[in-house]
Amino acid sequence: MADEVILLDYWASPFGMRARIALREKGVKFECREENLRDKSPLLLQMNPVNKKIPVLIHNGKPVCESMNVVQYIDEVWSGKNSIFPSDPYQRAQARFWIDFIDTKVYEPADKIWSTTGEVQETAKKDFIEALKILEAELGDKPYFGGDNFGFVDIAMTGYYSWFEPFEKCANFSIESECPTLMASAKRCLQRESVVNSIPNPDELFALALKLRKEYGV
Amino acid sequence: MADEVILLNFWPSIFGMRTTIALEEKGVKYEYREEEDVINNKTRLLLEMNPVHKKIPVLIHNGKPVCESIVQVQYIDEIWPEKNPFLPKDPYQRAQALFWADFIEKKVCVCGRRVWTTKGEELEAANKEFLELLKILQSELGDKPYFGGDKFGFVDTVLIGFFCWFPAYEKFGNYSMESECSELMAWGKRCMQRDSVANYLPDPERVIGYVLHLKKLFGLE
Repeated sequence: MADEVILLDYWASPFGMRARIALREKGVKFECREENLRDKSPLLLQMNPVNKKIPVLIHNGKPVCESMNVVQYIDEVWSGKNSIFPSDPYQRAQARFWIDFIDTKVYEPADKIWSTTGEVQETAKKDFIEALKILEAELGDKPYFGGDNFGFVDIAMTGYYSWFEPFEKCANFSIESECPTLMASAKRCLQRESVVNSIPNPDELFALALKLRKEYGV
Repeated sequence: MADEVILLNFWPSIFGMRTTIALEEKGVKYEYREEEDVINNKTRLLLEMNPVHKKIPVLIHNGKPVCESIVQVQYIDEIWPEKNPFLPKDPYQRAQALFWADFIEKKVCVCGRRVWTTKGEELEAANKEFLELLKILQSELGDKPYFGGDKFGFVDTVLIGFFCWFPAYEKFGNYSMESECSELMAWGKRCMQRDSVANYLPDPERVIGYVLHLKKLFGLE
């Protein structure tokens, strides 16, 4: 019996992008259902009653929530193609460490860069670049965080890479001049087929950011 | 060649308790090193092994560091898989366990910190939220003896450190955990019957003393 795979998603979400990329890396057929985050569907509220957030992967009726959990689950269930997570326990621990770093130290300032102004935005820019520089040091001269292969940490970052241009425009700075090696890896990731098919045009993301800023009176 | 396992820790840390209990559950021989003054005077080893966050716990396995307690518990489970496995083998069950660990980390830990670092209205809001979060966990536990089902598992390991902090939360929150979350308290007592937990969770009175000391230090009285 064929798998039924549904992804509850929101087009602009870096977290949703992670799940989409992982599914496409594995060649999994899935149905993507767009959520209106201001009017969440009964299915979303039923499948993620605790956090009520996207992405939610519903595999044969059973939900998996939290984007990197979804990515790990996808890697384990569809293990044949394009391994995402390293097999060595120490490498896995390093990958998990960097996911935790990204989802705290990159996430918090990233959220403020496009949605604030003045001093708050300046501090967010500073914190964001600091976090990216630490990641860049970890990347070193590897093409990807996963080494030669696009992996778990790369997928986590690619959701944010799609937002780099809108961030730069909202906050008037250049990520490339601060973190050239990271940008080179980002460009490599953004060219992968699974990514090209999974992320929106940066102009659309920037338009969304501007629309929301206007609504919030920023 | 025998493994060399070192744990850099600070005794009241809920995070350190996870790793300690995980090592004990697996029967791993390890050297415990207390960071005596983790706030003001971190050891060179800690700074070298966790340069990014400079925090305990740090697990050093044959000279190589693993940082972040939930990462450490998974690592320990993968390196020493035979005894007392923490995470289920089934990918779906594993995803559920990881979800709850993330919930504890991102919601319960963060809110718990607000309980002892705020006062007045902020404290009242923190207390209300903290109890709500514990009730969500209680509902997930249901009538299972452990979050892991019949066996003490991953989520139990991630949460149990809170049990010795509950009296401190009660004191600063001015409520009774027993009357608010009796099933969770029963779970805690059940876990305390395990040697790994009973021998390594600090005395709650000592934790209260530590929190009072911190509140004074940071002018939070």
